[in-house]
Amino acid sequence: MRTPQVSEAWDNTKDDPTKPVELILGGNDFTSITEKVSDIVLERKTPRAWYIAITATAGLTGIMFLMIAYLFMKGVGVWGLNNPVGWAWDITNFVFWVGIGHAGTLISAILFLLRQKWRTSINRFAEAMTIFAVICAGIFPGIHVGRVWVVYWLFPLPNNQAMWPNFRSPLLWDVFAVGTYMTVSLLFWYTGMIPDLATLRDRAKGRVKQAVYGALALGWRSSHRHWHRYEKAYLLLAGLATPLVLSVHSVVSFDFATSQIPGWHTAIFPPYFVAGAVFSGFAMVGTILIPARKWFGLEQIITKHHLENMNKVILATGSIVGFAYATEFFIAWYGGNPNESFAFINRAFGPYAWAYWTMVTCNVITPQLFWSKKIRTNLVVMWIMYIFVNIGMWFERFVIIVSSLSRDFLPSSWAYFRPTPVDIMTFIGSFGLFFTLVLLFIRFLPMIAMAEVKTVMPIADAHSGERRSVGDYHGDIPSHIRDGGKH
Amino acid sequence: MSATPRHGALHALMTDFESPSQFMQACVKVRDAGFKHWDAHSPFPVHGLDDAMGIRGTRLPWIVLVGGITGFSAALLMQWWMNAVDYPYIISGKPLLGLPAAFPVIFELTVLFSAFACFFGMWGLNGMPRWHHPLLANDRFRRASQDRFYVVIEARDPKFDSEKTRAFLASLGGAVVEEVREIVEG
Repeated sequence: MRTPQVSEAWDNTKDDPTKPVELILGGNDFTSITEKVSDIVLERKTPRAWYIAITATAGLTGIMFLMIAYLFMKGVGVWGLNNPVGWAWDITNFVFWVGIGHAGTLISAILFLLRQKWRTSINRFAEAMTIFAVICAGIFPGIHVGRVWVVYWLFPLPNNQAMWPNFRSPLLWDVFAVGTYMTVSLLFWYTGMIPDLATLRDRAKGRVKQAVYGALALGWRSSHRHWHRYEKAYLLLAGLATPLVLSVHSVVSFDFATSQIPGWHTAIFPPYFVAGAVFSGFAMVGTILIPARKWFGLEQIITKHHLENMNKVILATGSIVGFAYATEFFIAWYGGNPNESFAFINRAFGPYAWAYWTMVTCNVITPQLFWSKKIRTNLVVMWIMYIFVNIGMWFERFVIIVSSLSRDFLPSSWAYFRPTPVDIMTFIGSFGLFFTLVLLFIRFLPMIAMAEVKTVMPIADAHSGERRSVGDYHGDIPSHIRDGGKH
Repeated sequence: MSATPRHGALHALMTDFESPSQFMQACVKVRDAGFKHWDAHSPFPVHGLDDAMGIRGTRLPWIVLVGGITGFSAALLMQWWMNAVDYPYIISGKPLLGLPAAFPVIFELTVLFSAFACFFGMWGLNGMPRWHHPLLANDRFRRASQDRFYVVIEARDPKFDSEKTRAFLASLGGAVVEEVREIVEG
């Protein structure tokens, strides 16, 4: 395989605080950005690799649905569940997928509020991933309930027993948290895409494409009177999504934290889960982004600088996760509760020690390598690290859920959990669904937010004669420093 | 070649620019000339154009606030009615409506209703969706969503005069001044 050829002139990862970072390389202007992004959808012939890939991922999706059908026919006994391990891969997969979604909202909402302009190149992609990951996540709690024919009891719907769900249950909070998260992410994603759908409508040649993109663009005509309200709406949605994303994984962690199982009943869970979610989500975004930017020739828009910034976020959140692991152990000892301290000794040295140390290796050691700039800017190395983080974060949820349940208060009821092939194939199948949706997205929708990217280009500034506002520094640099003291 | 429908009444006159700075200067001039029914179209929101066009703030935040208050109240009422009135849950002597336990759902529905108010409020204020518009029927205008910047003065503006306004638009330094015609069915 050829290593990605990005010439030295394109390297914008050099740290020089006197110069704003160029976020879009290669001398692009508005026209070339529009063409580069929209041609992927409108002009280019669908590569054969795309057909091969989607056949494979759709096949995996099919396997997942077959497994689910089998589960519905036979019951949850087809999984490796036992007494006391009533939750295992189902909930592990749920928490894993919800966590993946968090990177998208962090990039689209929180980095927007923090005015991190580099987000514009990657936010569309990450937001799409959020939605697809939440779809994958939603499947697992839906199918794990045992009696799927009454799954509507999850929602407060009028029913023939005149019964309502218990709103004091964190499981019901979860229904509202994940449902709201899915809905708001979709609204935010679509809002961001309206101007780009209009671009596709205006460039499309076939009648069908014009009609479909035209319908989706809602008649957007780039009016500044519309842009004015649109920008306000976008800002408000970002403001709403910010506390929302912090709440979703907090509520997911309440499923565990509000119970009394040793190893679950800890106050550290909400922030620790949120950090872990962002950590795993960025790794998944990177896993897909690195090949995608290469295949579609987007290296000038999604530059190494963007990837390096993502790696810094991974380093920060990974360190928080590592610190949280240490804190858990400290509190288990310092709290003096024998059940709690047993749970943690059991985690690290009990029957699931192999899973625990896999998790520690992937989540604590791997991100620390990103202190090195060489590693942080090496595409191949960082991609391998992302895979480690993905693995580690799945194991984190597995360790928390299964190690605590398999050895709870009563030693006579302890049991070891082993997954069945149905467990394994359902999980692998969920990756099939995720990647099928990703492939459809990159084929039919603009994977880069064109309108937003245009705003961070130096030529977008109507006052370009007076000051330059590019890169992460917003033109805040005094001109005598910026121009090398020649004033 | 121009596929612009010529058969309708005059809807507007438009001119276009290549760079945001020329565009912005043109907008300032149109604003100062006192036009009311005019608009500026650009592939992205040009920073500072609100002032250059004299656009005032939008009501959207108030709509979102109403949405949020509705979501908050609906969530509180729903939980109180479902768990304390219609189907009281008596568990270990706990209060039938405990605010701390009710709060996660209150928070989620506040965000959900606000987001819907924001999304559809923006549609409503912008008159979206509107798939049929004279500008959308103009081929030249297609680049407004790509790489060019347009100033459009509508014929219904009280200060509009087809000859004078045409000369005024030409003086702004854009590429060409073009007529936008109403779409005539049939």
